[in-house]
Amino acid sequence: MTATQEPTPATAQPPRSLLDFQGWSRGQLESILETAKMMQEVLARPVKKVPALTGFTVATVFFEASTRTRLSFELAARRMSADVLSFAASTSSVSKGETYKDTLLTLDAMGLDAYVIRVDAAGVCHQAEKWLGKPIINAGDGWRAHPTQALLDAFTLLEKLGTLEGKKVAIVGDIQHSRVARSNAELLPMLGAKVVACGPATLLPGSLLAAELTTDLRQALSEADAVMALRLQNERMDKGLLPSLPEYISGYQITEGRLGWAKPDAPLLHPGPMNRDVELEGSLADSPRSLVERQVANGQAVRMAVLYHLLVGKKS
Amino acid sequence: MKGEILIRNVKLVDSWGEHGTAEVLVGEGRILSLSGGDADRVLDASGYVLSPGFCDPHAHLREPGQEVKEDLTSGLTAAARGGYTDIVSMPNTTPPVDSAEVVSALKKKALLIAQARLHPSAALTQGQEGKLLTEAKLLAEAGAVMLTDDGRTNEDAGVLALGMQYAASWGLTVSVHAEDAGLRRGGVMNEGEVSFRLGLPGNTGYAESARIARDLEIVRYVKSKVEGQRSKAKTLLHIQHLSTARALHLIRGAKADGLPVTTEVGPHHLTLTDELLESLDPLYKVAPPLRTKADSEALINGLLDGTIDCIGSDHAPHTQDEKELDMLRAPFGIANIEVCWPVLYTELVLKRGFPLTTLLERFTDGARRVLGFEAIRLEEGAEASLVLWNPQQERPVNPQTFASKAKFSPWTSWKLKGWPVMTLVEGRVVFDNLRQLA
Repeated sequence: MTATQEPTPATAQPPRSLLDFQGWSRGQLESILETAKMMQEVLARPVKKVPALTGFTVATVFFEASTRTRLSFELAARRMSADVLSFAASTSSVSKGETYKDTLLTLDAMGLDAYVIRVDAAGVCHQAEKWLGKPIINAGDGWRAHPTQALLDAFTLLEKLGTLEGKKVAIVGDIQHSRVARSNAELLPMLGAKVVACGPATLLPGSLLAAELTTDLRQALSEADAVMALRLQNERMDKGLLPSLPEYISGYQITEGRLGWAKPDAPLLHPGPMNRDVELEGSLADSPRSLVERQVANGQAVRMAVLYHLLVGKKS
Repeated sequence: MKGEILIRNVKLVDSWGEHGTAEVLVGEGRILSLSGGDADRVLDASGYVLSPGFCDPHAHLREPGQEVKEDLTSGLTAAARGGYTDIVSMPNTTPPVDSAEVVSALKKKALLIAQARLHPSAALTQGQEGKLLTEAKLLAEAGAVMLTDDGRTNEDAGVLALGMQYAASWGLTVSVHAEDAGLRRGGVMNEGEVSFRLGLPGNTGYAESARIARDLEIVRYVKSKVEGQRSKAKTLLHIQHLSTARALHLIRGAKADGLPVTTEVGPHHLTLTDELLESLDPLYKVAPPLRTKADSEALINGLLDGTIDCIGSDHAPHTQDEKELDMLRAPFGIANIEVCWPVLYTELVLKRGFPLTTLLERFTDGARRVLGFEAIRLEEGAEASLVLWNPQQERPVNPQTFASKAKFSPWTSWKLKGWPVMTLVEGRVVFDNLRQLA
C-alpha cells in the first residue's frame, strides 16, 4: 500500500477482529492511532478512567505466558470501565489436556464480549473467531502476528518522527521466529515506511512481504530513521540455528558505535522483554535514544483505542 | 445364459479405450457376457460408464488401535463408495502391523466386512522403528503386499538397502514416505513465500527431493546386488505421494535409466496448493504438504507421461477434534477416498482435457501393476470387480454423507461429476446408489 492510495470511504467497515492487518485499510488504522492519542490524554489525567466500555466484559486468554502484554491489555480495558476476565493457561484446564476450542467455548458460555488471545501457534486467533463469532484481538499467535505491538511501535515512531512516509526502519534479530517483525513488516509499509529486516542467515525467512532482507547489519542500519532490535530466544542456540551467543553479539548486537551507521538521533526500539547486553549494548537501553519505556506507556493507549474501535465502533 | 445382474446400455471405458455400449451380464463373480442374457436383476445404465474397479496402493484405515479415526468397516465401505475394489492399508497403526498374525487377522476381518478388498501392507522394520527388519517371508505368505515404514521416514540408508534387498527376495516391494527428517525440521506446511508470510514452520520441497535422490542411489546399489539373485520382485522401490516438481524430475531420470521404481500422487497434490493455508485451517495440513501451482502442474504432466504410475489416495482420516487443533498440533492428513475419482475426473478430464483413459489407467491397471496384481479387463470371463459411475450428474461434495468417519474435506462444496453409483467386487454389489438415483 502506498501514500497515493485512495482514502478508504467512510462507509467501509473495519474487520470485526484484529487478527493481523489483512482487511484493514490505512485509513482505519490511522483512525485507531488517532484514538490512541485521545487515550493518551486520558492517561495523563489525575483520574485515568472513562466509562466508554461500561457493561462490556473483555477476556484476556493467555495460553502462553506473558506478563507485560496481559497487564497492558487488562489495564487498558479497566481504564475504559470494562470488566475483565483473566485466564492464564498454566492455572487452567489446558494443562489437563483440554483443547483451545473447548476452553474458549467454555469461557464463552460465561457471556463475554471480546477476547484478547495469546497463543503459541499461528492461526489460533483466526480459528477462535470462527468458533466464537466475537471480536478477537490477537495478542501474539506463534511466529505469525502481534498487531497491537506493531501499532504501538508505529504510534511511538510517529510520536518521535512525525511521519513514517519515506522513513527507513531497520528491524534486527531473529526475524524468522518473530511475530513482532512480521506484524511490523505488514503495518509500517502501509503507513509509508520502508522496512529492512536483518539477522543471521539462519534466522531470516526466504521472504517477508515487502521488506528488504539482509544479513549485513551495516547495510540495514545505514541511513535508517529508526532501529528496532528483537528479543533473541536461547532456544535458537539449542536448536542449532546459531553457533553461540557471543557469535550473535559479535555480528548483530546494536552498539553505540554501530548505531552511528544510522541517521543521527535515529531512535531505538525493543518490544521487550530485553536481554541486556545481547540484543543491545546495555547502556543504550537507558540512553536518550531508547524509546523502550515510551513503547510500554503507549502500548496501553493503543490497546485502549483498539478495544474501543472493536467494541464501540468508530471514533466519534 | 443366466446371470445375477444385467447392466444394460452401459458405456465401457477402461485404460485401453472407450468400447461403446454393451449389455454386461455378471454372474459367478465374472463378466459372463457383453451382449446380454437373463439375470435376477436388470439395470438400465444408460448414461453411465462401467470401468474396472479402482485400486489404491495407499490408504490409512487406522485398524488396529486408532478406530476412533477409522476402522476396517468404515474405511472399506468408504473405499467401495469411491469406486475402489482394492485397497492397500498402511501399517502405521497402534501397534504397527509388523507380524503375519495381524496381517492374517486384518484380511479375515475384511472378508467378513465384504466391501472393497483389503491388501494390507506391513512394516519394513519391527515396530516401524527403522532398525530391525520384519519377517518378509511370513508377512508375504500372510498376504502383505508391500513393506513400508510410512508414517515415519527411513533415516538409516543401510537399513533401507537391506530391507529392499530382503523384501525383493520374497516378492515384496518396499514403499517409502520420502522426506528427509532433518530438512523437514518440523515444518507444518510448504516452505515458501506463504509460510514465511504466515509465520508457520515450513517443510521445504527439497526435503522430499533430497531424500528421493538418496533412495534412488540405494535402488541402484540394491539392483546391482540382487540382479544375480533371481529376486521375485519386479519393482524394488515404490515412492509414495509425490509432491514436488524436483522429485518428479529425479524419478523421470531414474526410470529413463531403467531403475525398477514406481511412484504415486494423491488428488490433493494435483488440485490444491499451499495458498489454501492462508485460511490457517489445519484441514489443509497434510504430509507431504500442499505445494505450489508449479508443482501441481508438473505432477499433472508426470501423471500424463507415465512417470507417475498411479493415483495413491493417501486417505488419512482423523477425528474432527484432532483437525480442529491448531496448525502446530493438528495431525497431518486428508481423508479423500470417496472423492478421489470425482475430483480428478472433474478437475483433470473435464476442466483440462486430460485423457480419460489415461486417468483410468492410473486408477486401475497402473496401481495394480505397482502391486503386481493382474489388470482387470472389460471382457467375457474377466473378474467382475467393477465400478459404474455417472459422467454427467453434478453433485457438490458433502462430507456429512461420507461413510468414512472423517466427515470433513478440503473439497467441501466443490461441484463434481463422475460420482460412482455402484461398485461390484467379484460380481457382488458392495455399493449401490442406483436405486436412490432412479
